[in-house]
Amino acid sequence: MKTTLEFCDHVLVVRLHGDLDHHLAQHVREQIDSAAATGSIRKIVFDFRQVSFMDSSGLGVLMGRHRLMEAVGGSVALFGVTPRMDKLLTMSGVKTIIAVYETQEQALEKGAAQ
Amino acid sequence: MNEMKLQFTSQSQNEGFARVTVAAFVSRIDMTIEQMTDIKTAVSEAVTNAIVHGYEDYPGYITIECCIVGTVVEIVVSDSGKGIADIEQARQPLYSSRPEMERSGMGFTVMETFMDEVTVQSSPGLGTTVSMKKKL
Repeated sequence: MKTTLEFCDHVLVVRLHGDLDHHLAQHVREQIDSAAATGSIRKIVFDFRQVSFMDSSGLGVLMGRHRLMEAVGGSVALFGVTPRMDKLLTMSGVKTIIAVYETQEQALEKGAAQ
Repeated sequence: MNEMKLQFTSQSQNEGFARVTVAAFVSRIDMTIEQMTDIKTAVSEAVTNAIVHGYEDYPGYITIECCIVGTVVEIVVSDSGKGIADIEQARQPLYSSRPEMERSGMGFTVMETFMDEVTVQSSPGLGTTVSMKKKL
């Protein structure tokens, strides 16, 4: 899995490419947490358009980053999920704590960094 | 009946190998992309459980047996790891015996949602066998 990080003011955009499973989740987690450790990030936006597969390990990454942002009064959003990933997000309850949008513009605009 | 058996070491890089191999085996049946994704996801969950909880990241072997009977796919994932002391607790949504690893605790729930039938047999100290069925 390739991960690209982009910073825009207090927003960190995480672009994921490939399979998000247990094997690759740790790498993704470390990259994001290292970037967020600067202390200025208040919102993390995940770009899932190039994610080909996700299992519950991916849910763990999202829930962990939600806790990270919640601790500093921030938020997490994501966009570009497939219907099957959406099903995972719904049945796990992740959608009740993390906003899921169709487009990057919506994810960046709505629920702006607090 | 068509069947296959696959055995590999409990390394996390084998999670992708396992789900892609099972997907390739069952792909001879007509199914939708969504059904294929369901099977891959369930296999990934069972194999990850074996690596993370069965062997707790120590080396061991994981075996997958898969058979196709008509339009029913049956997949059995087994390990010889530490086993599960309380299966009912382990199957509860959001429960994880290793919360420090930031596990979502949704592995069994995902398997139950994406497959038609999931049964778990386990003996502490001897290992765990997860059997799953999906009718296509």
